[in-house]
Amino acid sequence: MSADLTDIATGLARQARAGEHIEVAVGRGVSTTVKAYGGQVESFTSAESFGVGVRVLVERDGGMAQGFAHAGSFDAGVLAETLQDARDNAGFAEADPWQGLAEPDGVAAVVQELWDDRLAAFPTERKTELALELERATRSWSPKVKGVRVASYGDSSSEFALASTAGIGSAGRATSAWLSVSCMAGDETETHMGYGVDVARQPGGLDLEAVAEEAADQAVRLIGARQVPSQRLTLVLEPKLAATMLAIIGSMLCGDAVVKGRTPFADRLGQSIASPLLTLVDDPTDPRSMGADTFDGEGLACRRNVLIDQGELRAFLHNSYTARRAGARSTASAVRGSRSLPGVGPQALAVAPGSRPYEELLAGVDHGILVQSMSGLHSGVNTTSGDFSVGAEGLMIRNGVLAEPVREVTIASTLPRLLLDLVAVGAEIEWLPGGSGSAALVFGEIALSGS
Amino acid sequence: MLDPDLIRRTLDTALQRGADFAELFVEDVRSSSAALDDGRIEELVSGRDRGAGIRVVVGDTTGFAHTADLSEPGLLETARVAAAAARDGGGGVRQVAVGPVVAHRAAAIAVDPASVGKAEKVALLQRADHAARAAHRAVSQVAARYGDVRRRVLIANSDGVLVGDDLTKTSFSVSAVAKGDAGLQTGRMSVGRVAGFELFDRYDVDELARGAAERAVRKLDARPAPSGTLAVVIAGGSGGVLFHEACGHGLEADLVNKGASVFAGRKGELVASPLVTLIDDGTLPGEWGYFGYDDEGQPAQRNVLIEQGVLTDFMYDHLRARDDRRRPTGNGRRQSYRHLPMVRMTNTYINGGDDDPAAIIAGTDHGVYVAQLGGGQVNTASGDFVFGMTEAYLIEHGEITEPLRDGNLIGNGPAALAAIDAVGNDFSMGYPGTCGKDGQGVPVGMGTPTLRVPALTVGGTAA
Repeated sequence: MSADLTDIATGLARQARAGEHIEVAVGRGVSTTVKAYGGQVESFTSAESFGVGVRVLVERDGGMAQGFAHAGSFDAGVLAETLQDARDNAGFAEADPWQGLAEPDGVAAVVQELWDDRLAAFPTERKTELALELERATRSWSPKVKGVRVASYGDSSSEFALASTAGIGSAGRATSAWLSVSCMAGDETETHMGYGVDVARQPGGLDLEAVAEEAADQAVRLIGARQVPSQRLTLVLEPKLAATMLAIIGSMLCGDAVVKGRTPFADRLGQSIASPLLTLVDDPTDPRSMGADTFDGEGLACRRNVLIDQGELRAFLHNSYTARRAGARSTASAVRGSRSLPGVGPQALAVAPGSRPYEELLAGVDHGILVQSMSGLHSGVNTTSGDFSVGAEGLMIRNGVLAEPVREVTIASTLPRLLLDLVAVGAEIEWLPGGSGSAALVFGEIALSGS
Repeated sequence: MLDPDLIRRTLDTALQRGADFAELFVEDVRSSSAALDDGRIEELVSGRDRGAGIRVVVGDTTGFAHTADLSEPGLLETARVAAAAARDGGGGVRQVAVGPVVAHRAAAIAVDPASVGKAEKVALLQRADHAARAAHRAVSQVAARYGDVRRRVLIANSDGVLVGDDLTKTSFSVSAVAKGDAGLQTGRMSVGRVAGFELFDRYDVDELARGAAERAVRKLDARPAPSGTLAVVIAGGSGGVLFHEACGHGLEADLVNKGASVFAGRKGELVASPLVTLIDDGTLPGEWGYFGYDDEGQPAQRNVLIEQGVLTDFMYDHLRARDDRRRPTGNGRRQSYRHLPMVRMTNTYINGGDDDPAAIIAGTDHGVYVAQLGGGQVNTASGDFVFGMTEAYLIEHGEITEPLRDGNLIGNGPAALAAIDAVGNDFSMGYPGTCGKDGQGVPVGMGTPTLRVPALTVGGTAA
């Protein structure tokens, strides 16, 4: 099935002229989305998408100049125009001594099976039923659930191929299926929202009841939530939000931010930057992660990278460009779609588990807040300055017990400070839809702003 | 973009199994961008994307399919898939009458960016880099981006709509990092309009670059923002984010009709200070959220949503208007042909008031002055919203004093709107925005004069 994608990629790469280096990424995907509302199918989307990205590097002035072009079709004329656009663009970029394609590095691929045939065999009517069932299950979870905004089932089957004049050739295919629901709970005077999601390689791996419960419980437990006075207190994050926090930290340990001086951790390699309780690993070869993959976005074999080991900063994530510039090796952390240039990012970020179960962590908090949702992550988190300030909803913790719900507050600190303030890591690792593996995290002190 | 006969045959095929409504949306997007980072032009990117989305509505169910294949077999197959997706409605076969494209509005541009050489675009980036670095020696990093995009669409539906739109947009942004004893700080400036290369007659890239640099440098001495509830004075322009989040989303009929908005059922009621008249206007020439026709073929409109504090109307797309048996308001938008349309804002702003902006600050004993906002988010059901401050100062005894570090503010929409106690006479539109909703991003404009909210929660760390 992926043979023709590889043909397209190698066919374009083969057109490299003297002094030119070409890398072509090609992707194709088929997806279905069913949205249910009010006991009916609100929409049913059936789609096929194509993408091709061509990177042309031209040797010039002791370096290479890069041009890129992308298109949404495999039409022969479009492919030829896309190659020409990329070539033309390279003529106007500046030569960069570190620029270049990824070179095969001899690391053996750990093959990940990301494709599940059961998705193709799953009948369309069942997809519709799942969306409708999810809406029903969420509504009936509690009489306090007032409504479901939308309950969705979705799936996709995608293929990807990469070829370059540096001798890289990789191809892969993946399936995924997901369920998500957002619901409202409350009474005549107030309404709160909850959200639940699950992702698996095929529909049989989805836990519908758990998605319904997650959304309904989140909304219901906020009923009666009030703003509380400003105070300093302990912050507890359940695995899902802990993963959000770790993803932000992960982005600050990426090669592009490091080589361009956009992260406060740029000069801290080998130093202690976090509590000794924190060990952070990005390992796309771990099949438990939905972010697992055989190759990275430049076709190098994915590998296990230890970023923080017992609080010590051990490595940054690199693609081939940032590695060359930093005098390091690529960690095979190039992330990309077929229509974008390779960036750098974690794929399967996970913390090493601690020793105490979640219940015990909670019981040890005298005065704290369990945050269940954060808002304004794009507007209140600055990974260059390290400032962290987000809107929060959740439950107060008093003497080790979950207490009254809280809304309309913010929590703030700085990201370097939060890493040092980590006082406990839960024992149970949960693998999350986004690909990360996280346990509950407890931070010693955070500033809560309220009334 | 397509032959009228083919459009008709596609819609006929979409309706073949019986349907209430069928729509063909064809889109052709060409984009080009250039990016400078770390003193080097490092990215030149060209993109082309063309395809069609076909929507078939049967009862309350929408079937949707899209394709990159605009040939007759490609379109007819996609129409059949969309029709099957919408299930059998059991209705009779409808024939669609489609005439020539009834209107084709090409927004006037003076200088087509496609006619401007890439060398000239790249030169703008280099100028910005030099200007930002020259502005202050603490500037340690500069990134700049130029972009232009031309989006042509054709929308035809079984109600007889057949329209086209053709928009060219040009944008430019500069981000600077400054390095000081206390760490790194960032500053950003961005501009964008429905316009061609003449954008740069209106904006000077050197000035934008200096603005970004100065913003970063000023924050090197910034102190942590206060933690708690304070009076907040919001500068004109980007401050319009406040209304986008505090009430804009909550006035979208899809959320209202599902009971997911605090404003549901409040039409005719006083929902804001009488100083507030809120307008969503897709007809504002040149603004980032401008268009001739929305993505369902409705002409852009100016809609007064709140008039002197009273909620007058919600925003509608085709389906929500059908449900409420009324006319849509020109707010049906989608990210691309791969997406279903839904209710979205265009250019959202409040009218100017009578107060002198300087007097608003002088009349604030203790508070925060937010000079630039950096986006926000809202929970439409509870009405709680946040927005980020990317340039802010303390107000002490009626005077702007020390700069503050970045952070979010949080408030409740209806409460914040009701509390607004001063609206300035210095209205301006803010920077170009991208509004995200249910995974789709669309370009939007925002604007406001200087205004004051007597109590908002500032999400800092200082006691």
